[in-house]
Amino acid sequence: MSTVVERATRRPLALGRARWIGFETILIREFQRIVRIWPQTIVPSAVTATLYLVIFGSVIGRRIGTMDGFAYMVYIAPGLIMQAVIINSYNNVVSSFYGAKFGRHIEELLVSPLPSWIIVSGYVAGGIMRGAMVGLVVSGVWMFFTRLPVLHPTIIVAAAVLTSVTFSLGGFLNAMFAKSFDQISIIPTFVLTPLIYFGGVFYSINTLPVWARHLSLVDPILYMVSSFRFGFLGVSAVGVWDAFTIMIVAVTVLFLAAILLLDRSSGIRE
Amino acid sequence: MNALSVQELTKTYGNGVQALKGIDLAVEEGDFFALLGPNGAGKTTLIGIVTSLVRKSGGQATIFGYDLDRELEAAKSCIGVVPQEINFNQFESPETIVINQAGFYGIPRPVARVRAQLYLKQLQLWDKRKHASRALSGGMKRRLMIARALMHEPRLLILDEPTAGVDIEVRRSMWEFLREINQRGTTIILTTHYLEEAETLCRNIAIIDHGRIIERDRMSNLLRRLHTETFVLTLRHPLQQAPLLPAYTAKLVDEHTVEVEISMEQNVNDLFARLSELGIEVISMRNKVNRLEEIFIRLVEKGAAA
Ligand SMILES: Nc1ncnc2c1ncn2[C@@H]1O[C@H](COP(=O)(O)OP(=O)(O)OP(=O)(O)O)[C@@H](O)[C@H]1O
Ligand SMILES: [Mg+2]
Repeated sequence: MSTVVERATRRPLALGRARWIGFETILIREFQRIVRIWPQTIVPSAVTATLYLVIFGSVIGRRIGTMDGFAYMVYIAPGLIMQAVIINSYNNVVSSFYGAKFGRHIEELLVSPLPSWIIVSGYVAGGIMRGAMVGLVVSGVWMFFTRLPVLHPTIIVAAAVLTSVTFSLGGFLNAMFAKSFDQISIIPTFVLTPLIYFGGVFYSINTLPVWARHLSLVDPILYMVSSFRFGFLGVSAVGVWDAFTIMIVAVTVLFLAAILLLDRSSGIRE
Repeated sequence: MNALSVQELTKTYGNGVQALKGIDLAVEEGDFFALLGPNGAGKTTLIGIVTSLVRKSGGQATIFGYDLDRELEAAKSCIGVVPQEINFNQFESPETIVINQAGFYGIPRPVARVRAQLYLKQLQLWDKRKHASRALSGGMKRRLMIARALMHEPRLLILDEPTAGVDIEVRRSMWEFLREINQRGTTIILTTHYLEEAETLCRNIAIIDHGRIIERDRMSNLLRRLHTETFVLTLRHPLQQAPLLPAYTAKLVDEHTVEVEISMEQNVNDLFARLSELGIEVISMRNKVNRLEEIFIRLVEKGAAA
């Protein structure tokens, strides 16, 4: 008598399959969670997107005129989609993983043979899934009311996925360190929101004085939003390749940090 | 082969509590093993280390020969654990919980569905499979954790007080169930505070106290070591003082109840002969405490005095 993984450790292909099933299961569980609590996961961003649309579209937007040569509504659309992707990826992982820690069902994964990198990947994939679901809803709302060009679909998808991975990992690390529910809302409120607002979601940094423009360059979200916007409009406040390099470095560093922490399981195992 | 083997295992928690002070223990494959000890003895800590929920401070552990430090994945896949505290997502349904758990162990969904039906039925949870699990009763939650632990058909099943708060009828059916699983080849390690349970189910036993193993023996050997037993006799007619029973220690508890201590060298026949002589009519007799309980209390008290 022997167990699946035990048998599989002697056969690399079978071990890969066992791990894949584990990864898939985490993703399925995240999907079940997103669907089960859809009023918390999907609805808020859809509502916010509609509100922005009303306010910028018919109240303020026309008075602002153009930004980098585009109607304001068109200019901010990619930024607002990206904002939804960032917030939802982050929130999905931080609340699901912290919830699992708090409710102790993280132990279901910790006693299982799944290695840390699979667990991290599973949660990140869940974050991407939620980011994509909400991102598509918000894009749908905006595309319905504006004429948004789509110049480089590959860049759009690549920027969205890398951003989503970055913030999913951010949410994961936040949840690892958090000791209370307060601590999972502090970072989104005091770090994420300012970074998003100063990251060129609502304006082009070209409209800023020089010192402020330089300061903006330390905000990683600027690179994400700019490259994402470049995919739609073909304009960017920063070099697109610089942006991708920064995102890839961020993803790599955060991923390694997450695995290391989970292996050492600071904040989870006694 | 040993299902579990630990050497010089130690654990000091972050707050300085020394929960394990050098545990050596081996449990053979196929055994039904009782791990007993008073509250705070270190049972859950030991199980935590073996199931990698707690990091050890020192020592070694192997599961079916797989070293926990070097072959963690293979070692983990051999263990199914039923924890002391509820640790499933209370918003998920029993069916979802057990099927997902199988997935974490690499079991394909179609297989997991078949097993979910098998184990949820055996543990009488099939009717509740679609309910939110927070709506289950305490005993049902424990059974759900047993079903969950069996989904990947582990070679070693570790149960940390599985019958706490479970009613007598369900407890008996759980015993039956565990016995069956053990007979089919699964090694079982059980902690419990119901010593009657350990006595009925387990073949081998270890008693742990203050982070040390203070006793490790076959259950039958341990019970044989009990030199005296106390019986409680219920009398038909009231007595005013304890009956005169030379060679026995007798105590009148109330006018209808006498406690008599009998050593292994004596026998119960002589006691009854003497009682008949005195014209005392006994209508029932029982052990004062369960035999294992008596040994347990003595060992733990001795440990506390030392
Ligand atoms: N997370 C923790 N942090 C600090 N100390 C702990 C922790 N968990 C347990 N302890 C301490 O370690 C010792 C052993 O606890 P453990 O839970 O292993 O006992 P136990 O034998 O399972 O007891 P019980 O029968 O009550 O379940 C106790 O003194 C306990 O207070
Ligand atoms: Mg315990």
